[in-house]
Amino acid sequence: MAETNQFSILDPFRTTDLNIADWADGVKGWAISNRSVIQPFKNTLNDLIQGIEAGLQAVPPSIMLIIISLIAWQTAGRKIGWLVFGCLIALGFLDPRAWGLAMTTLAIVIASVILCVIVGLPLGVLAGKSDRFEAFLRPALDTMQTIPAFVYLVPVVMLIGIGNVSGVIVTIIFALPPLVRLTSLGIRQVDESVVEAAKAFGASPRDVLVKVEVPLAMPTILAGLNQTIMLSLSMVVIASMISVKGLGNEVLRAMGRLDAGKALVGGLGIVILAIVLDRITQGLGRSGRDRGHRHWWETGPVGFLVNLTKSPSKD
Amino acid sequence: MPEINQETDAKSPMIECHDLWKIFGSNSDKAMAAVKNQGLSKLEVRDSFNCVVGVQNASFTVNEGEIFCIMGLSGSGKSTLIRHINRLIEPTHGTVKIDGQDINKLNARELRQLRAEKIGMVFQSMALMPHRTVRENVAFSLEVRGIDKKERDEVADRAIDAVDLNGWDMKYPDELSGGMQQRVGLARAIAADPAILLMDEPFSALDPLIRRQLQDKFMALSAEMKKTTLFITHDLDEAIRIGDRIAIMKDGVIVQIGTPEEIVTAPADDYVADFVAGISKLELITAQKVMEPVSTYESRNGPIKEEKFPEAAPTDNLDTLVDISIDTNHPIIVKGSDGRPTGIVTKHALLRGIQGRIEEDEA
Repeated sequence: MAETNQFSILDPFRTTDLNIADWADGVKGWAISNRSVIQPFKNTLNDLIQGIEAGLQAVPPSIMLIIISLIAWQTAGRKIGWLVFGCLIALGFLDPRAWGLAMTTLAIVIASVILCVIVGLPLGVLAGKSDRFEAFLRPALDTMQTIPAFVYLVPVVMLIGIGNVSGVIVTIIFALPPLVRLTSLGIRQVDESVVEAAKAFGASPRDVLVKVEVPLAMPTILAGLNQTIMLSLSMVVIASMISVKGLGNEVLRAMGRLDAGKALVGGLGIVILAIVLDRITQGLGRSGRDRGHRHWWETGPVGFLVNLTKSPSKD
Repeated sequence: MPEINQETDAKSPMIECHDLWKIFGSNSDKAMAAVKNQGLSKLEVRDSFNCVVGVQNASFTVNEGEIFCIMGLSGSGKSTLIRHINRLIEPTHGTVKIDGQDINKLNARELRQLRAEKIGMVFQSMALMPHRTVRENVAFSLEVRGIDKKERDEVADRAIDAVDLNGWDMKYPDELSGGMQQRVGLARAIAADPAILLMDEPFSALDPLIRRQLQDKFMALSAEMKKTTLFITHDLDEAIRIGDRIAIMKDGVIVQIGTPEEIVTAPADDYVADFVAGISKLELITAQKVMEPVSTYESRNGPIKEEKFPEAAPTDNLDTLVDISIDTNHPIIVKGSDGRPTGIVTKHALLRGIQGRIEEDEA
């Protein structure tokens, strides 16, 4: 086969092999031999996830259902509160095991989102402040969003092993970009004249960021958070391939057994969870004007309680 | 020409700008050197360095307690100029001194302190913070100085009172009308009791009636507080109403500085004259500007009849002179404080004065 080894200008690609795949595999090998370094990191993450899950599972479903509905009422108004209440009841009646599985999934999502905020918010702020950093970050974010999950599933498992920690990490890789992008966008969209006014009255760069830019960018940042939560939920089925428990695992197992009924139950559970989380976080992003310029403690169940305690003193 | 009012010399200068230049663009330093050494024009700078000259050789002094208006059309560089006074924009060349201190030599911390304590600024776009209540907006400069909440609330409430917004302190800016928002802007600027107020077209975005009300409010406040004020406007009427002195700016250059009367009666060039043409002179021109010496009058018309001619003071404006002369055919005698006639205003001179034409010699 002499001709295949002959370099041809018309088809240079077939005869040249830069061995990128082997090189990447070598990196993986190096990482595996150094995996003890990341052990403490892994343990911390594992504790976080288990702590959240234990907390969520410890509350009886009926109580938890009311708590989540009240949170929805507080953040998004009474109507959404009732919607969430209805959704959660539907979720519970899907299957006797559905509630517990949903709480497991919720724990993974919450852990992922907490870490996304810790990493994504500072990155987004920096990207919003610096064009150069944004230009550097953008291809990385593009990669994270578009590269097929299976590509990084294997290295992550090699490095950390199967289980919830790996699940959270692959979820972060996929769900982080919108938070970074929208934080950057939000910071960039802040009215230049307000920033100028803050400077004119002696605000330091830190004051400008904390007292003006981040608060004004908050609706956009929360839209990013909402997207991050939605993407984390959409990762739960893929993450279940590396032994993450919860609703995603139900779908995966049902697929393996061609059990359409069970797959539907798991799938619907994910959808309901998505609706609940979406409505709650969208409520967070409402502007002051939408809420009729009331403080958060003047609305929702908290406002209701405050009014109850106030009214007797009026008489 | 009567001499320029000398009384300002007695007061100390609060803002001094000397030979201030601002050239925008990445080659601004080279462009500046070329302008200094070769005297390039604005267009040459644009073509050879791809730079825009924002402010060109601006020098002026604002004295303590004075209201100094800078009037110019949009793009004349007046907003750029005012931002040099609190160093929101760094000059390409030249110095700005506040109370004798060169502010371009301050470090970042000293500059912030100067901005928070000595200079208040009002913006055309209001630039209120929508996520903060009126009171939190007004107290902003005190908040960044680290003053505790109780004290800054008290100070803010006083400032809110001063602009007649009592009871609105817990509202948010978007619950207020435009005029009220700009009063919040004014309250924010005066809250820290700064020595200097920078007003960047504060009333331009408001409708005429509200603008008039706010001008009155501002003038009442400024008469009370005696703050040194740099006031930017594109409206000559407003500049004349408010300013002790006016600088006219065109294409980044200050073409004339003077009192409203000087600007109106002796415009420096055709550009200023064009502006002045539409301005009512009734309240700006005084009897001493239009009168002729008694001797000149007598040589033409014979001796004056003091008992028949109506009288006026040298500082009476044309509006008053019209009232005085409307019921008589005689000219007006202008008498100084000692009661002696210092000049005569004929009907001819009065009517020409209303037109804005001052004639040196009535022939």
